[in-house]
Amino acid sequence: MDWWDVLLVVVRVVGVFALLMTVTVLLVWIERKLVADMQNRLGPMRAGPHGVLQTVADGLKLFFKEQITPAKSEFLIYMLAPALSVITAFLMFLVVPFARPFDITLGGQVRSFTFQAMDLNISVLYVLAISSIAVYAVVLAGWSSGSKYPLLGGVRATAQAISYEAAMGLSLVALIMFIAVQNRGGDVMSMASIVDFQAGTYGATEGFLSFLNPIITRVPKWFILPQVIPFIIFATAGVAETNRAPFDLVEAEQELVAGFHTEYSGMRFAMFFLAEYINMFTMSALMVTLFFGGWGGPFLDTIALNVGPWLASVVSFGYFMAKVFVFLFLFIWIRASFPRLRYDQLMDLGWKRLIPGALLWLVASSLALAIRQFGLPWT
Amino acid sequence: MGIIGDLVKGMGVTGRQMIATIFGDGMITTEYPKAFREKPERFHGRHVLNRYEDGMEKCIGCELCAGACPARCIYVRGKENPADAPVSPGERFGFVYEINMLRCIFCALCVEACPTEAITMTHLFEMSTTNREDAIYTKTELLINEDGSANHMFPDDRLANLPELLKADGWMRATAPQGRVEYEGIPGWTPSAGVGLRPPEVGQSGDAAARDFTLPDGTTSLEVEPDEEE
Ligand code: SF4
Ligand code: SF4
Repeated sequence: MDWWDVLLVVVRVVGVFALLMTVTVLLVWIERKLVADMQNRLGPMRAGPHGVLQTVADGLKLFFKEQITPAKSEFLIYMLAPALSVITAFLMFLVVPFARPFDITLGGQVRSFTFQAMDLNISVLYVLAISSIAVYAVVLAGWSSGSKYPLLGGVRATAQAISYEAAMGLSLVALIMFIAVQNRGGDVMSMASIVDFQAGTYGATEGFLSFLNPIITRVPKWFILPQVIPFIIFATAGVAETNRAPFDLVEAEQELVAGFHTEYSGMRFAMFFLAEYINMFTMSALMVTLFFGGWGGPFLDTIALNVGPWLASVVSFGYFMAKVFVFLFLFIWIRASFPRLRYDQLMDLGWKRLIPGALLWLVASSLALAIRQFGLPWT
Repeated sequence: MGIIGDLVKGMGVTGRQMIATIFGDGMITTEYPKAFREKPERFHGRHVLNRYEDGMEKCIGCELCAGACPARCIYVRGKENPADAPVSPGERFGFVYEINMLRCIFCALCVEACPTEAITMTHLFEMSTTNREDAIYTKTELLINEDGSANHMFPDDRLANLPELLKADGWMRATAPQGRVEYEGIPGWTPSAGVGLRPPEVGQSGDAAARDFTLPDGTTSLEVEPDEEE
């Protein structure tokens, strides 16, 4: 480890930061435009062509706004909550690989430049842990504001997070188990290797299904195919984790004014806002990474071989963003379409459907994997 | 599958609207300050005080509008017409006439109450001001000029859509004073922003033949005497 490595880490971290900020600015605009289209409206039009710079203008405005602190707030915690929310949002994205790594020679050594701030061998656990901490931001913000509606929002956030965290974790257990059996000895919880596992296509099968081989051998080996149920649970819980419609009970405008961020203004509010959009992007990125092959896509190896690894990285980044934007579009579409769940419906969905569903799938898939490995017990 | 079907249906609606908005003619809003939309004919906008052809003010200072106003935002003070230079054809004229536009609800009851069609409404609604005093319109702004143009408090403002200020709301021209639909199109009222009397509009249906009708008591439209003008 020399100073080149340090420099590479700094470059990666700054790169991830810049990526997230850019994506947020665009995402807010895209969301407003798409929701406007779905409601037959124009949406922002004034700042920049078709209002692209609207988010920048809003950000600047918030930056110069007065920060009002309620008299009854717990000041220290009240100050820390927005910072906590935005820090956890940034931290969560650190483990997501967003382009194909390539080798560069720096300081006389060949180093692999990965497009991922860090690759933990417990990335999946890390994501779950950070997303749990992110809930504290909401709860603490609600509590420390010293005001009733935010408190109600914070209480709701606690209940919602507990219900959906469990479902999310359980759905990932099944996925990780599947990956572990397939790739014995691999680094099954590292995001980079999860992407690598999904490279390529399914192998040709023997037996009566072999007539399908021309199709099967062209289907990418993404985990979505064998693991549809965990994906659906993960996606639902993901929407709930990011507190977005139809699971935005925490900040239900009609009931709780704005829930936990009612009492925040200026940049402190902007931080919550930023965190929400980063979380939305991270959730989509996680779905893509875990179930849809991450940055993988066709022709990457060919390009790397014939043109250069850097172009492969650029193209793979394009694949990644394209996949992520499909999910972001879904997020936005869902938000524009569905009314908010009632509180009991939220709990019902979490505890009576998602968690039992995840458990059932976990048991069933463990049985299937065990049978495949050891054969039926009576044979 | 019920709930899934419902969810898909809901997303279908928004999806269809999105496609219609982006690629078709689904868009229903306009980029307002850059593009103005045609307003409905009976749009209730800012008031004006009208004049007769000879330049006399129509307002006779009777305060009926002030009495009818549910928001209590009209203040009228009448005054004897000076004998040598009368301002209105009546005995008195509206000496002070103020409308507090912050309180006005644009219900047009003042327009209905006025016996001389002195006060009518126009299509202009861009009246935002930066202080409360400016929201009180006095005779200076309300009274129409001799040439039929109307004054605007900030005529140089980008939003001051002066042609809108000369469009009358069509409602009064098409109905009788009492709002009775049988009198539709009968020259009982001719209020309209501007100077002088205007012919009434034909039937609300836009159909000239709509004027030839029979009232419940057997009289035909041609026999109905228009309401006496003052
Ligand atoms: S429109 Fe209605 S509220 Fe406004 S001045 Fe006339 S009567 Fe009053
Ligand atoms: S505007 Fe009409 S109702 Fe009001 S004082 Fe003048 S004449 Fe009377």
